[in-house]
Amino acid sequence: MASTIHCDIVSAEAEIFSGVAAMVIVPGEEGDLGIAPRHAPLLTRLRPGQVRVILPDGEEEFYYISGGLLEIQPHVVSVLSDTAQRAGDLDEAAALKAKEEAERAISDRSAGMEVAQAQAQLAQAMAQLAALERFRKQIKR
Amino acid sequence: MSGSKEIVGKIKSVQNTRKVTRALEMVSASKIRKAQDMMQASRPYARMIRQVIGHLAHANLERPHPFTVERSEVKRVGYIVIATDRGLCGGLNNNMFRRLLGEFRGWQEKGVEVTTVIVGRKAAQFFRRLKVNISAATQDLGERPRIEDLIGSIKVVLDDFREERLDRLFISYNHFVNTMTQRATIDQLLPLPPSEEDALKQYWDYIYEPSSDALLDEFLVRYLESVVYQAALENLASEHAARMVAMKSASDNANNLIDELKLVYNKARQAAITQEISEIVGGAAAV
Repeated sequence: MASTIHCDIVSAEAEIFSGVAAMVIVPGEEGDLGIAPRHAPLLTRLRPGQVRVILPDGEEEFYYISGGLLEIQPHVVSVLSDTAQRAGDLDEAAALKAKEEAERAISDRSAGMEVAQAQAQLAQAMAQLAALERFRKQIKR
Repeated sequence: MSGSKEIVGKIKSVQNTRKVTRALEMVSASKIRKAQDMMQASRPYARMIRQVIGHLAHANLERPHPFTVERSEVKRVGYIVIATDRGLCGGLNNNMFRRLLGEFRGWQEKGVEVTTVIVGRKAAQFFRRLKVNISAATQDLGERPRIEDLIGSIKVVLDDFREERLDRLFISYNHFVNTMTQRATIDQLLPLPPSEEDALKQYWDYIYEPSSDALLDEFLVRYLESVVYQAALENLASEHAARMVAMKSASDNANNLIDELKLVYNKARQAAITQEISEIVGGAAAV
């Protein structure tokens, strides 16, 4: 059994593949990597592309990944794939969108400010009451 | 019999309400399952990344990553608040908000500024009323939250942290203990608490392609994303569980109400019959 390596392909949302393989071929950032058993420990980034898992019986399985990270230990290969397309500018766009959303949430503030303030005060008063209640219980003990 | 007619109307309306609460209860019961499955599915990724980070932390790095360094002075703190998009889930959100308010007040008394990143519409509704900064927001995660929906918000806070606009980062969500119990939880995300794993027994290091610094950064970002994503999933499962329980008790209350109303209705009916009989008897006696 020396000629197999355990391979896990996971994404943040699901486990994609887990099992033994004879060889795993991944699109590394600095060139494709063919990983045979007893590979030296290595960490690298992955490009979008195909992961080929060659099973011990010679069959091949293909998985498409849109980038991710790779960890190799002598008997384990872990492909941590990204589910989403990731790139600096795309992340930036997502960040901008989140900020806009926040601004929208704040801009609605002016409407019904008095009600809102009252509600906030109510919430704070409730918190204080709860704290008092706890305090009272402690005294009773 | 105008009184009894009113009661019949009331009974009908309570019955209709009960139909709705029952339906919601059953819908949530089936959705808990799915949410729990998603929680399970996302665990291997988080576990593996945590392992790698554990290794990396022990490997000899030229300098520690900013995410792992405790800052001497805390001036500004950030909170990622994960709440639900919809209501009707009992005190789930409010319990968490109350805890948060307590923490916020604690920080503000120390003169520390609080910034929030909010996920979920209920959090947006609540925090827009407060005098805290909102640096990013996300809504409508739906039944299947995707990590893409969260990336933007996470990037905003991580950048803030990198550029020292934040000195500490927390995440608050409802931890799913089981169907009956959900616990409002506030965890520290950054700086990363040192891992409890034992030091590796023998020295070995990875080959890094490209450099260890760049990779560690990437791993840490991915790790934090997966933590936030998992918190969102837990919160979703908690939401459904809390809704199921809330709707169950609402259905039970509706049942009690219907029973009481039926009793009142029967009494009114009998009183009317008795009155009619006595009127007839009285009338017959008079003749």
